Formats: sequence, structure tokens, C-alpha cells
Amino acid sequence: MLVLTRKINEAIIIGDDIEIAVVDIKGDQVKLGIRAPRSVKVYRHEVYEAIQDENRRAAESAGDLTSLGGFPPVTGPSSNSDDGDGSR
Amino acid sequence: MKLIQARAFGEIEVDERQIIDFPRGILGFQEHTRFALLDASQPPFYWLQSLTDTQTAFVLISPDVFRSDYELSLVSQELDVIDVHQEEGGELITRSSGDAAELLVFAIVTVTGDKESMTANLQGPIVINPASRLGMQGIQTDPRWMTKHYILQEMAVKGSR
Repeated sequence: MLVLTRKINEAIIIGDDIEIAVVDIKGDQVKLGIRAPRSVKVYRHEVYEAIQDENRRAAESAGDLTSLGGFPPVTGPSSNSDDGDGSR
Repeated sequence: MKLIQARAFGEIEVDERQIIDFPRGILGFQEHTRFALLDASQPPFYWLQSLTDTQTAFVLISPDVFRSDYELSLVSQELDVIDVHQEEGGELITRSSGDAAELLVFAIVTVTGDKESMTANLQGPIVINPASRLGMQGIQTDPRWMTKHYILQEMAVKGSR
């Protein structure tokens, strides 16, 4: 990992069109300003971790399928009510 | 037709069109790049069965079933993965049904013994382009969409709207 030291109001550039600036520092909190094209998604790392953790839980949980039966009939326009096969 | 091993069904025959490549895998499962999309025996659920490992399979549900207001945003870097190209580039915001019928959108379900506590992940939806048979997991930054939505609770809200 490249490590750079920056002060308030200093920035770094990634590639041609991504800029990350240090907007404020208070105690152990750093406020960053990010300028990036709309084609690039920017999110906190925790979001990535949360989805990864949930994927793992889902993959482990998929063994317990008995509770999937007898799901309430789906309402609304997306309903295809062809599930009359008495699954309980 | 192709013979595959599925966790829920054992050996079954699937249509080639049910086989979806995930060039970047699914978060935490990056080594799984090929899946089969199967109807579960229990509607309205589906299976996303890894073809790398029989024991790895996800239960999917359409967000339409419990959140008719669901919309997701995908940027061009993500759309490139599933071979969707827009003239203007940038961001595509799509509803899970209707106007974006060309893309299939699913939420991964975390199954629990107690049906009431079954959740669906709307923050990391599975998006499939059936035309190219390519799929991906798209991270959502809209705070409305979380990794745990209680399906039955939200269905009840939807029903009373």
C-alpha cells in the first residue's frame, strides 16, 4: 500500500480524474472530500465488509430450507400465482 | 442441456441459458465465477448454485416480492462487467422490474429456521444480464437499502399500502 502524508486542505490525485482531499481533522476523525466521475462508485469499506459477511451467512444458512415452504402468496402486479401446489 | 450438481437437487439437467458467469464472483466468493440460476421447489425463491463447488449455493428472491419501491444504481464500471453499455456512460438507476426488464435483479436471502426472521440483502443485489448470461453483485450506497430486510415484515407493509 502506498502511504502518503497530507495536511488539511491537501489532496491526492488518483489517475486522471479522482481527487481525494483532507477537508478536516478532529481528534481521530479525518473528513475526506472525494471528487470522482459518476462512473466510479465510492463507498465506505464497512459497506463492502457488511455485504461480504452477509453473503457468507447466507451461504451457510441455505441448508435450512424447510422454512421456505408455505411462503405467503405474492401480491401485486409481479404476482404469478401458479404456486398452488400445496407446499406447506 | 447440461448436467450439473446442485446442493438442493443433486444431479440435474439445466438449460445452457441458466448458466451465468460472474467474472468478479460474489463478494467473499470471488473464486466462484460460474453459477446456475434455478427455480427452487418453494416459490417465490430461486437458487444461485455455484458450479465451482456444489456446497456453495445462495437462495434468491425478487425484491418485487416485498419492496415494490426498490431501485438500484449501477455505474458504468459495473455495467461493463455484465456487458451492458449505455450511450452516455455514467450511472444507471433502474427499478427492479418494469422499465429494466432486460436485467434480472435478485436479493440474496439469509434463511433462518424461523420464517419471520428470514432476511434479504438489498444492499448487495445480484444483477444478471440474461442476454449476455453475465452477472454481478452491485454495491448500493442508498441508505434505504441494507444487508438485512425482514421479508415477511416488509411484505406485510407492502400489502397494507
